[in-house]
Amino acid sequence: MTSTTRTVAVKLSEVCRFFGDVKAVDHVNLELFDGEFFSLLGPSGSGKTTCLRLIAGFEQPTSGSIQLHGVEVSGVPPYDRDVNTVFQDYALFPHMNVGQNIGYGLMVKNVPKAERETRVQDMLDLVRLPGMANRKPSQLSGGQRQRVALARALINHPRVLLLDEPLGALDLKLRQEMQIELKSIQQRIGITFVFVTHDQEEALTMSDRIAVFNLGKIEQIGTPSEIYERPTTRFVAGFVGTSNILSGKIAEILTGSPGTFAIRPEKIRIVDVGAPLADGMCSAEGKIRDVIYLGMHTRYLVELEGGADLTVVEQNLETSAVNARGSRVKLVWHTSSNRPISAGA
Amino acid sequence: MMRSETTAPLGLKIATGMVLLFLHFPLLIVVLYAFTTEEASFTFPPPGLTTQWFGEILDRQDFWEALGLSLRIAVVATLIALILGTITAAAIYRSKFFGREAFSLMVILPIALPGIVTGIALRSAIGLSGLTFGYWTIVIGHATFCVVTVYNNVIARLRRTSQSQIEASMDLGASTFQTFRYIILPNIATALLAGGMLAFALSFDEIIVTTFTAGQQQTLPIWIFSQLSRPRDRPVTNVAALFVIAATFIPILIAYRFTRDTVE
Repeated sequence: MTSTTRTVAVKLSEVCRFFGDVKAVDHVNLELFDGEFFSLLGPSGSGKTTCLRLIAGFEQPTSGSIQLHGVEVSGVPPYDRDVNTVFQDYALFPHMNVGQNIGYGLMVKNVPKAERETRVQDMLDLVRLPGMANRKPSQLSGGQRQRVALARALINHPRVLLLDEPLGALDLKLRQEMQIELKSIQQRIGITFVFVTHDQEEALTMSDRIAVFNLGKIEQIGTPSEIYERPTTRFVAGFVGTSNILSGKIAEILTGSPGTFAIRPEKIRIVDVGAPLADGMCSAEGKIRDVIYLGMHTRYLVELEGGADLTVVEQNLETSAVNARGSRVKLVWHTSSNRPISAGA
Repeated sequence: MMRSETTAPLGLKIATGMVLLFLHFPLLIVVLYAFTTEEASFTFPPPGLTTQWFGEILDRQDFWEALGLSLRIAVVATLIALILGTITAAAIYRSKFFGREAFSLMVILPIALPGIVTGIALRSAIGLSGLTFGYWTIVIGHATFCVVTVYNNVIARLRRTSQSQIEASMDLGASTFQTFRYIILPNIATALLAGGMLAFALSFDEIIVTTFTAGQQQTLPIWIFSQLSRPRDRPVTNVAALFVIAATFIPILIAYRFTRDTVE
């Protein structure tokens, strides 16, 4: 992807939003491109939703600049911005039926009734709810409400769609279906999706790029594989997937260089104590303290001689849980799996 | 704990019946003696039943004037309350400012204060301002406590309306006015109706504040009160009281229905 030739859809420069003493968004810089599926990932209270609301116009920045397609929008009300939002609670209008809900954006802009009805039909087809126009929101299932909220937000043909944890209320199965469907709708209509979630797996599954938020700041921006394979901070290494964090003396002994490192548990393999070590590999010996069988894979907690613990995940390829608790093993991993991270929290 | 399936013990049923009887027996008396054939004194049971007093009240010009005045006051006071109450509720709901809670309390105060305090306060204020006591001073007096019922109903409904609906409307391109017209108003419509009905009922049978803010006018409650010193017209008074019961009871029933139906 050549980012230089792509149009910038949303640009946040040094954006802050403070609520009294609380720095909800703290000097955030972001550049989202046209047609990108971009996730804002972070725990609750990390500022990701506030960031979305700043782009939507429900909040105004304390300082900094927000641009939509090159136009400064600080101070512009939500109804004059070319973005639409899918709300966490869907925010469907209970006194209107599905058709009226979806057509609301056209109705307030005085689009003639005939055109409105065709476009509502198109939207119902897009979200695969044909023939539902006359239902009331209360007669719909959670997944169907979700689709109505999506259709309603898309009918104005926004250039950027903001989604605030839209799948949070759905059960796992429906959630996974909607993830695929959202992604396919996004690819079909080709607009920018800004997707807020606290679910790292969801972010990895759907996104072109991810920004990881913590305490109002962005910790790291990158593609899902960059975020997962090369976390740059301790927070990202721990929040997206799990990591072994090595620091201090033990880190220097194991990796050969000073600093703080993150090692993904699945990058480490368990071998016999006497096994030879190939070039470019790190190794450590220890005793298995715990074996947790998880079906698809098994998680081992290995106590190293140097005093640290390492978590190792092995796929259950042939037999399950071959290594018993208490047995002595050797752990090996490639030196490139030692990811240096900043030492901070 | 839901115990609606089980029936209440007999003692509780009797107690409930007694309380209801205590509360509503006087009303039954009024209704009953509106039909009595006796003119002056109450003997129980009434010696006979008649509808002649309904015919007699038709000829009482002073009754119709009082009824008309009470209706005109109640309607205008309710309208004022609907407008001011809604605006106040919207302001309190939407904005955060220093002294917001105190302001909210001050809005509710007129209904919590004894009517006589409100009455005296209004009488001095109106006297100081140089207004002549009459129709409009009564309307102003009634509006002070009618605003409260509308305000309370509307703000409770606004607090139950999800903020994201309003945001969704703005997000989809609706102006502030359109959002009010298409989203907020339908959401608070039944609250307005209920608040308005209560306001109407409150105003219609109000006597204390009215006594302090009226000039020579007689509203229906004042008229009824003045009739008590004329024992020969007692059945006529009871018929008038029936009108008051109907005019206040029906709106309150409707208001109850609307506030009970929760908007999902």
